[in-house]
Amino acid sequence: MATQAETLVTTRARTRRTSDAAPSASRIHLLYLVPTFAINFAIILVPALLTIALAFFSWDGISPPQFVGLDNFVQIFSDGVFWTALTNNVIWTVIFLIVPVAMGLLAASMLLIARKARNFFQVVYFLPVVIATAITARVWQGMIYSPVTGIFGLMHRAGFPVGNPLAGTSTALYGVATVDLWHWWGFLCVIFFAALRQVPAEHIEAARLEGANYGQMLRYVLLPAIRPTITLMMILTVIWSFLVFDFVYILTQGGPAFSSEVLSTLAYRHAFYDLNVGGAAAVALIISCFGLIATFFYVRIQTREEAL
Amino acid sequence: MKVVESRLTMTVTYVVLGIGAFIALFPIALLVVNSLKPAAAIVVSPLSPPFPPRWDNFVHAWRDAHFSQTFVNSALLTAMTIVLVCTTGSLTAYVLARRKIKAWQLATFYLMATTTAPIQLFLFPLYFGFAKLGWINSPPAVSLIYTALYSPFAVMLLRTYFLAVPKEVEEAALVDGANHWQVFTRVMLPIVSPGLLTVALIIGLYSWNEFLIATTFLQKADKQTAVIAFNLLSGQYSSDWGEIMAAALIIVLPVVVLFLFMQRRFIEGMAGGSIKG
Repeated sequence: MATQAETLVTTRARTRRTSDAAPSASRIHLLYLVPTFAINFAIILVPALLTIALAFFSWDGISPPQFVGLDNFVQIFSDGVFWTALTNNVIWTVIFLIVPVAMGLLAASMLLIARKARNFFQVVYFLPVVIATAITARVWQGMIYSPVTGIFGLMHRAGFPVGNPLAGTSTALYGVATVDLWHWWGFLCVIFFAALRQVPAEHIEAARLEGANYGQMLRYVLLPAIRPTITLMMILTVIWSFLVFDFVYILTQGGPAFSSEVLSTLAYRHAFYDLNVGGAAAVALIISCFGLIATFFYVRIQTREEAL
Repeated sequence: MKVVESRLTMTVTYVVLGIGAFIALFPIALLVVNSLKPAAAIVVSPLSPPFPPRWDNFVHAWRDAHFSQTFVNSALLTAMTIVLVCTTGSLTAYVLARRKIKAWQLATFYLMATTTAPIQLFLFPLYFGFAKLGWINSPPAVSLIYTALYSPFAVMLLRTYFLAVPKEVEEAALVDGANHWQVFTRVMLPIVSPGLLTVALIIGLYSWNEFLIATTFLQKADKQTAVIAFNLLSGQYSSDWGEIMAAALIIVLPVVVLFLFMQRRFIEGMAGGSIKG
């Protein structure tokens, strides 16, 4: 199986040889970029700039917007729900930086050993990734968490003290996060496994001959070797954690009592339920700031890799 | 690793991997089993076996989620997005792979940065703008949004395929008298067709499964996608979980079958592009 990294390596070797960009291709090539960038500017760039502007206006989506300066931000910062949402995003980030990364690394390092069955396990772990979020959410809601039709209800009837996590203010966020974890960790496992397979076999064998156990092997050979991949995935995790929307919106709508609200559902509610588009834009801007910091590191690492 | 593992290591390994497989498969098994059971049986226990199977669930699900309409909507939207992303994306990827000047690098940076932009950053003005233009409930408009969202991924992936094509191939075609457009369509595209197939699969998966944009921009019942119809069915119209799971299975089955047949492409494509669904 020629993995991504292998193709990248051969690709790099070849390009260095051939891409001294003789100006044979004319300016016509500029036209080739037009469709992608025209669509991108119209759908993403221009509306994004408008969002930045709208954050300083009061607008209900219909009547003319009115400039209000920093009022939207003042209002948001004095809204307790905003701080709950921000805290929830931070909690979410911490959970996703630890649990799926650990699960993925554990499973990936074991796939390395289980040579015969690795393909089977890889496919099984990846299966939840390809299932639509709306469906995953409903399966967990109805078949697992539900006190009537779910496993939790069955356990409750059997005498275990378990309640629907989505219904409690202290558990709702974790109930939702568990669903996204289930949906997500297999992806990381597959990525980490692809990276681990690039670790030179001699390094692993040398460590084994010196009597390294599993923990030492992981600590001194495997993890250092795939550190760039882990770093990249963790940066992406931070970005994605501030974007999380689907599972929260479908499972709890941010409830009960805003206990599982995150910034993206808060922004959505401001725009489409409260018709406070200015406020929504301000929240969107705050989300983007967190994303921007992580994106900066992401792009830097990506380009450093490209430059190798 | 040529060193033979001890029996204990192997046992621990397979137990851990087995637990992982159980975690991944258990909810999916619940989905399948309960899609074949009447609601009353699910209330008694979601774990009971589906005998005799209640096939009626699928008939009801098909009817109540309007799948004869919404499935076609999803298929058309997905097909439109695949065509748009592949055509515009391959053009861009080709140029960005061939030109290595600073300005082109800037374009690459920009595209990479947009993959990490939150949808909320552009969603609201876009929605109200589209509303002004009368583009709400318009599948082609949604397809344009998907294209904007997914083409950076497509460009990055296709770019690596174009980079792997030796410059000599192109030069030979030019010497033979082909113009630039012919070089691109007749020579380059066939060479990178495996990449195009991967992109088509991943983009197809994302468009088929997408929730936020579809639920915001497609509100009329006759324009909804299958996923949105499913979400409404399970959220409002039905508390028959047998029927809801049947509807879920109808949407998931084509995706899973395609995934099992083309797993390597899916996994490599998604791992290479790194976007979260």
